[in-house]
Amino acid sequence: MGLPSRWIYLTTTFFLVLTGFGQMPIFKRYYIADIPGLGWLAEFFVTHYIHYLGAIVLLALAAYIVADYLMLQRNARRMTASGYIRLVLLTGILVSGGLLVIRNLTGTHFSPEFIIFLDITHLGLVMALLFVSLYCLIRKKHWTTER
Amino acid sequence: MAAAAGVAAAGIPGTQALAGPDESRQLATLIDISQCIGCEGCVEACSEVNADKYPDPRKPFPKMVPNRVPVEDWSEKRDVNDRLTPYNWLFIQHAAVQINGEDKELTIPRRCMHCVNPPCVKLCPWGAAKQLDNGISRIDSDLCLGGSKCKKVCPWDVPQRQTGTGLYLDIMPSMAGNGVMYKCDRCYARVAEGELPACIEACPEDVQTIGPRDEIIKKAHALATEINGYIYGETENGGTNTIYVSPVPFEELNQAIDRGKGKPHLKPVEDTMAQANNLAAAMLIAPVAGIAAAVGKYIKRSKTVSRGA
Repeated sequence: MGLPSRWIYLTTTFFLVLTGFGQMPIFKRYYIADIPGLGWLAEFFVTHYIHYLGAIVLLALAAYIVADYLMLQRNARRMTASGYIRLVLLTGILVSGGLLVIRNLTGTHFSPEFIIFLDITHLGLVMALLFVSLYCLIRKKHWTTER
Repeated sequence: MAAAAGVAAAGIPGTQALAGPDESRQLATLIDISQCIGCEGCVEACSEVNADKYPDPRKPFPKMVPNRVPVEDWSEKRDVNDRLTPYNWLFIQHAAVQINGEDKELTIPRRCMHCVNPPCVKLCPWGAAKQLDNGISRIDSDLCLGGSKCKKVCPWDVPQRQTGTGLYLDIMPSMAGNGVMYKCDRCYARVAEGELPACIEACPEDVQTIGPRDEIIKKAHALATEINGYIYGETENGGTNTIYVSPVPFEELNQAIDRGKGKPHLKPVEDTMAQANNLAAAMLIAPVAGIAAAVGKYIKRSKTVSRGA
């Protein structure tokens, strides 16, 4: 991942996690939305909209990085084990998030049980990705390495 | 479905449009305000039929951390019936208006609008709020944690909270959750059995009619044309499954009704889910844009390499 891509990924992920947690009514309860400039975190439609914007950027970036790797990097670099783990988690987050976006459209109908499964899966995968990413940051693990 | 058709065939008021409903379609109710006499028969029937769903909170309530979290206790005020509460899911709103120069008081049954694309359901973080195939939205009191997000995203602030009951008591009662949210579930169990919602069945004036949404919309327009009236709920919040027809404009009614906590307005409402949903198309385009950028980089690199060779 190049430097611009890395920063786009980190910034986008930061806002996605922030607005994702903002879907739960916690920021007002715990005074975080009282901090000047953070009042928007208690506005559910605002956090929802920003979450969607972040998802658009993340989808574009993910497609760019995967296509770039397949076309230009694959012969020189290989995915690491931690890279594969993060890829699987991220794919799960994008798929479950995509299904929740479809759920939110007028006229689509998923069973209540499936929606609960999607909600918990989406949150669980994000938590797992956060812990794995923290581990990789501390242990300096990269997504790819030279062949 | 067969039972519903049977009920309709029996000629019970309010079922005209319920005959043979396709349960995969959303059912809507038509409320003819001009017919309502404000007898509160519907309110009493609602309370009677839903009594076993009402909360029985455990006291004393858990100490809330932080203490800004409001305790909402209606258990000592169960008889309040002039607004929505966890123990009163339907109430009668009064409006003093003039019709053809004559002073008149209109009475309006108010409850959950059962939106076609309900934000309370779609934005519930736990899936505790559910929408059934037939358009009923309801809150599962076994799953709800009482965070009140559904009330905040509801354009009419319909769901009402009771502290001291529900799942949160078994998790971290001081730190997360605050009870259960309650609202009209349009008697989902009765409807599933082919029966009418209690409020419709009890009405002596046949104020309400239930049926497939498209048919109810047609009826509402026919009625509005007949009485030279006005429609509310067809387009509000992107469309609801509760369609009011009034002999006076809803702007006027909205000014005349008693509004406030637990007393929903009758203002125009934009589609609250539309803005984010409009971004869904961009989510389909985004990966294509990403791949196009990578292909562009690949082509540029290939040209540079061939020039270098």
